[in-house]
Formats: sequence, structure tokens, C-alpha cells
Amino acid sequence: MSGMIEKLLIVGIVLGGALFIASGLIWLERRLLGLWQDRYGPNRVGPFGTFQVVADMIKVFTKEDWVPPFADKAVFVIAPAVIVATILMPFAVIPFAPALQVIDLNVGLLFFLAMSALGVYSVTLAGWSSASKYSLLGGLRAAAQMLSYEVFMGLSLVGVVLLSGSFSLGRIVEAQQGLWFCIPQFFGLVVFVIAGVAETHRLPFDLPEAESELVAGFHSEYSGMKFGMFFVGEYLGVTLISAMITTLFFGGWMGPFLPPAVWFLIKTFFFICFFILLRASLPRPRYDQLMALGWKVMLPLSLMNIVITGGILLARG
Amino acid sequence: MISIIRTIWKVFLHQFRKRVTIQYPEERASLAPRWRGRIILSRDPDGGERCVACYLCAAACPVDCISLQATEDENGRRYPEFFRINFSRCIFCGFCEEACPTYAIQLTPDFEMAEYNRRNLVYEKEDLLISGPGKYPEYNFYRIAGLAISGKDKGEAENESAPVDVKGLMP
Repeated sequence: MSGMIEKLLIVGIVLGGALFIASGLIWLERRLLGLWQDRYGPNRVGPFGTFQVVADMIKVFTKEDWVPPFADKAVFVIAPAVIVATILMPFAVIPFAPALQVIDLNVGLLFFLAMSALGVYSVTLAGWSSASKYSLLGGLRAAAQMLSYEVFMGLSLVGVVLLSGSFSLGRIVEAQQGLWFCIPQFFGLVVFVIAGVAETHRLPFDLPEAESELVAGFHSEYSGMKFGMFFVGEYLGVTLISAMITTLFFGGWMGPFLPPAVWFLIKTFFFICFFILLRASLPRPRYDQLMALGWKVMLPLSLMNIVITGGILLARG
Repeated sequence: MISIIRTIWKVFLHQFRKRVTIQYPEERASLAPRWRGRIILSRDPDGGERCVACYLCAAACPVDCISLQATEDENGRRYPEFFRINFSRCIFCGFCEEACPTYAIQLTPDFEMAEYNRRNLVYEKEDLLISGPGKYPEYNFYRIAGLAISGKDKGEAENESAPVDVKGLMP
């Protein structure tokens, strides 16, 4: 019984923490973008403008929750919930600290890949059910982009699995005791980061949204909290990918002096900031450039990575 | 590839730069002396109104936001009976200032004119008229143009030269 309560507590901490960080990112992203663009960003509401999040929440909740009459209503309503659910699920398998993990699945990595693959449904269905040209174009792009980058994301992690000999994220972290996988799996890391940006359809790979060409892409027709859900999903995705980079390539919770959970948070925070820096600095590629980068650069790179890693491991015996 | 990394690095370095934002209510931008802001009506150095109600500003105004009515005082000196500028229409182009032959109407470096009620943006003559000469402290139109009073026409008083014949070609 006490084990049950402990598990529930961990679930609460992980769920609350993930949502808290995701909402904090609304503020953090705007402040950091401001910093990198020589301006301030929101700094009026509360200390350093942190209550801007609350103000935004109040605004989003009091907006008219409108479903267009031409939309496929059921799918239209379900789509934003799907993205949040599928992105929250993998947080269950991430080891934030040796004891702070909801469940250490022996197929944890596959679970993460499966769940992030399911996220494609959300944006595609949102684009489809809106029955609007821009949304449909955004949804189509999302489907093609996320499916193709899913491939390299999976392939880039094969090296990690080869080195650690396990799909369990806890075991992967423990296997990085001597050397973090970011050094032996450098190309895996590069491919995973790029695929992660494409997977969360963040800038510079935000082609499904592409506000300069498609209004707002797949969520053009959304308003109120349904629109907010897509944004929470996006920020959760950023947090998730950052946490996964930390877990898979940067030794997870390992680090000297500080408690493990703090190390995990510091590393994750660093990658979140890197994601925002990418957004601040890079322009959006054309759609064919995105696809060419994926299939002509990322795929060969990740395959080479597998071959070389496997070869070295075989030679070592 | 290299250019992408260079771009990211350059943007990263921007965090050590000074921010260009002027935090408005606390800090204020320094406005140029020729800033075209709130319109005023100035007075000449003797304290009299400069405006001679010639309607040139109203004619020049591209959005027709100036309306006035000319009248004369007992000496035959023209002045506006009322002078009204609708600032909800005004586009601060400064054409009225250019058109004014007496430097009476001038634009000032002030933009803080926000009102909750649209009607309050219609400024009457008493709102527009200031006590000083504005940008041209020494200028007095009638000192240069001359003024006919009863018994003496322009240029007939002491130390005065006859007015230039503006229709003649000779200097």
C-alpha cells in the first residue's frame, strides 16, 4: 500500500513538474527570444514578468471556444487532447533520478518512440478535421515531416542501444557511468537533436505551422483552450526531447556534488535553452529542403553511425 | 553547415549586447526638436496672437482636420474667431506649419495625447494657444509686413521704407 502511495506521489511530481515547466516555457521562451533579439520580452506582470503566464492562461481560458461549422466536430475536439496525452506519456519512463521514475519499462525507449510517433495523429487530424485549405496543407506537411524524421530518430538511437545493451532508460543512464554517450555517439546525438526539433515541429522546422505561408497551419481554425492545448503540447514536446537528450546522451541524472534530480534539471534546462536559441537564430527551410535534408543527409548519417558503432563493438568482441 | 553554426553563435553573442528597448513610461525617448507632434498656436514676442486667419493651414490640410472662422478686431486686424483641430483625424504631416505665413501654427515634440473619450481629441483655440513664440522667438509678422493704422498706410511711419511692390519685376 505504501508502495502504491509512493508511486502515485512520483506520478504527481512528474506530471506536475512537466506541466509546470511547460507553462514556464511560455515565459522563458519569450524572455530568451527577447534577450537574443536585443529587447526585453514580457517584464511587466509580476517579478520579471513571470505572471505573464497566468495572464496568458486567463486570456486563453476566457476566449470564445469556437468550432467552425464546416469542421468534423468530434475529431476537431479530440485532436488537441491527443498531442498532450501522447507527449505526457513518455515522461513516465524517463529516469529523473535513480528513485524518481514512474516506471522503468524494459522497452522504455521504444515506448518513447511509439508515443512520439502517435503525436503525428494529432496534428494530421487537426489539419484534416478543420476542413480548411491552410490547415490541410499544414497537416499534410506535418504527416510527411514527422513520419520521415521519426525514421532517423529511431535509427539514431540504435547506437545508444548497442552501447548500453538495453532499451530500458534506467539501464541506458547507468551504462553512461564512465563516458557520456555524447562522445562515442556524437553523430547519433546530432541526428537525434535535429530529428527532435522536426518531431516537435519547432522552428526552424515548423513547416506544419509556417505562419508566413499557411496562416497558422494545422491549428489555423482553433481558438481558446484547444489552441492552448497545441501550445502546451509543443512546450511539453520541447521539454520531453530535452529530457531525452539528457537521458540518452548526457548521462541523465549523473553528475558530481549536486543531487541527481538537480543535475537532470540543469541539463534539461540547458537543452531547452538551446531549442529556443535555434528558434531565435535560424530561418525556416523550404519544404523540399527539409525533406532532402532528412532523406539525403540524416538517413545516411544515422545508418553510417549504426554500421560504425556495430563494427567497433564487434571488433572489441 | 558552417554558416548555420556561425549564425547560432552570433545570435548567442547577442545576449551580451545592450538592449535597444526604451522602457517607455519610466524611460523616455529623446524627441528631435523638429518632431512633428501636438499642434499649437504661438504668439508673437509682444504677446499677441500670430494667427491672421488666412485659412492656408485649413486649405493645406490633407485630412481636413483644421477648421476656423476669421474675424477682425476694431483695428482691422484679422484673427480667428474660433480655431479647431480634430486630432483624431490629424496625421501630423506638418503641411499646416509649412503653409502658415506667420509661423503661428507649429508642431511640437509631444505625442502623449491619449484620451479615453474621442470628443476630447477635438482641441479648441484655448487648448491650442500657448503663451510663447514657439520655435521663432524673435519673429513678429507685423514688424516685417507692416500694418496700416488709421491715418497712416504701410511704410508711411517714421524709419519705415515703402513696401515692396510684389507685382513688379524691379528689385
